[in-house]
Amino acid sequence: MTDALLRVTGLTKRFGGFTAVDGVDLEVARGERLGLIGPNGSGKSTLVNCLSGTLRNEEGSILFGGHDIGSEPPHRRVRRGLARSFQIPKPFASMSVLDNLRIPLQYAARQHEKLPLDQIVDEAMRVLDQVGLSHKAHEKSGGLTQVDMRKLELARAVAAKPTLLISDEAMAGLSASETDDILALLLGLKEQGVAVIMIEHVMRAVMKFSDRIAVLVAGRKIADAAPQAIVNNMEVVTAYLGE
Amino acid sequence: MRNRTFIAVALAIAVAVIAASRLVSNDYFFSAAYTVLQFIILATAWNVLGGYTGYVNFGSAAFFAVGAYTTVFFHKAFPLPLPVMIVAGTLVAGLLGLGVGYLTLRMRGVFFAIATLALSVVLYTFVVNWDYVGGARGAYIILPREVPFGLPRYIHLLYAAMVLMTALALVIARAIETSFIGRGLAAIRDDEIAAECSGVPTLRLKLFSATVSGALMGMAGTTLPYYISYIEPSAAFNLSYAVNSIAMPLIGGMTSWLGPLIGAVLLGSVQQIVQVTVSSAWNLLIVGVLLVAFVTLAPNGIMGWVDAWRIRLRHRNEARSRLGDRDTQQRTLS
Repeated sequence: MTDALLRVTGLTKRFGGFTAVDGVDLEVARGERLGLIGPNGSGKSTLVNCLSGTLRNEEGSILFGGHDIGSEPPHRRVRRGLARSFQIPKPFASMSVLDNLRIPLQYAARQHEKLPLDQIVDEAMRVLDQVGLSHKAHEKSGGLTQVDMRKLELARAVAAKPTLLISDEAMAGLSASETDDILALLLGLKEQGVAVIMIEHVMRAVMKFSDRIAVLVAGRKIADAAPQAIVNNMEVVTAYLGE
Repeated sequence: MRNRTFIAVALAIAVAVIAASRLVSNDYFFSAAYTVLQFIILATAWNVLGGYTGYVNFGSAAFFAVGAYTTVFFHKAFPLPLPVMIVAGTLVAGLLGLGVGYLTLRMRGVFFAIATLALSVVLYTFVVNWDYVGGARGAYIILPREVPFGLPRYIHLLYAAMVLMTALALVIARAIETSFIGRGLAAIRDDEIAAECSGVPTLRLKLFSATVSGALMGMAGTTLPYYISYIEPSAAFNLSYAVNSIAMPLIGGMTSWLGPLIGAVLLGSVQQIVQVTVSSAWNLLIVGVLLVAFVTLAPNGIMGWVDAWRIRLRHRNEARSRLGDRDTQQRTLS
């Protein structure tokens, strides 16, 4: 992969004596859909935190669009086009749902895309439409249900107009039809050339979604292949189900 | 309302208030109004960092005193005209604010609040031991004999300056609140990590907010030495400044510029009235009682209470119009 959008080499993150992520190499091409799976505590979220910059990795490098972003603060990375959603929703609770999206549109999307100020509200409504939240645009986001908060979380990451979106368990706890809604949204991003890293425990969704799946176990990447090959990989099966 | 319109309105009101006060002959009015205005600035300034950004500052008195003691210093070193003094004190307090802004890098919530309180104590100790500005003895400020603009007494000039500074503080606070900076600050208040991951340059905005907040607090203090003409550290660093600058936005409402204004006018006036009619010792007690009452009864302050009331009214109207629609439908059916 010569035109890798994201190239991670030897990424290591330690918490005291505990190595949460251990020498992980990872590449994502433009427009690619990568599933990232692994048992609880395998370091998926830590990896995401290192990629988005909320945690600093001790070793290894992160190249995004050819730039070394390893020492940049999160807001720089978002402005370059690397957006993420949070596993536990973090809405701007005092703002309306609409205003929640105005933040990334104003602070991130406008940095790399010429978006006139007066179109921000229209754009926010368009993204809300995609996740099916437009009828709640003027409600306080703090009062949303868990399901709606997850949708908002994803919508806020999409509103940053990323070229790489990291979706951290956006579907946990959602019903089958809601999962399909989110899946359709993420698949739609592909048409806009957005690469997606999807972290998910809903295997049905991951298998359907991904071009390629990487498996993390105890901080190490043990497999990185097409979905079908992953299912047949003994090591992965052992990691999930035991011997 | 556009910012430019608001500036015009604020300036017009300020000029009108100054002009109208020429009709008042009682000097006590000026003294009381000065105090209330000073609290409006303090509350507004505190709210920029505390209300908009969510960083509770317990050290307001320190910023206020830095403004006041900058005046004392320059008054002794090389006497400057009042407007220059005001600008100087504002700048020095703004620098201190910038320093406090860097504290937010590592400290949040209670820890930040304690750090600002500690800062206040450190600066107090510093001033107590700084002989040049009077140290623990305090310093006398001799008022100029000539009062400019043909005003009868110096307090009239201070009052006019305070009115203009109040207008300035409100204009700045409102401009921040309604701009995209205000929205970024609100994002920081709600969730700093999510804000950062949405592209908000949190550190830069926090530094900005802390600097503006500190500068405005300092500005409110710059005229204090002239107002009380004898200044000592325990007067400038008085606990009541710190307590009031928190209590007033809390009572008025912290999410908009109007909240601190309402809170300061209300609490400031009540304190003045109590001081005259009951006793000056009752001041802080009243603040405390009102604070407890508001925290339990209207946790989002007066503005929050008004907002909630408006929303309830709107819902009721919507429900009523829905019912009305059904009535007409039924009538046409029958």
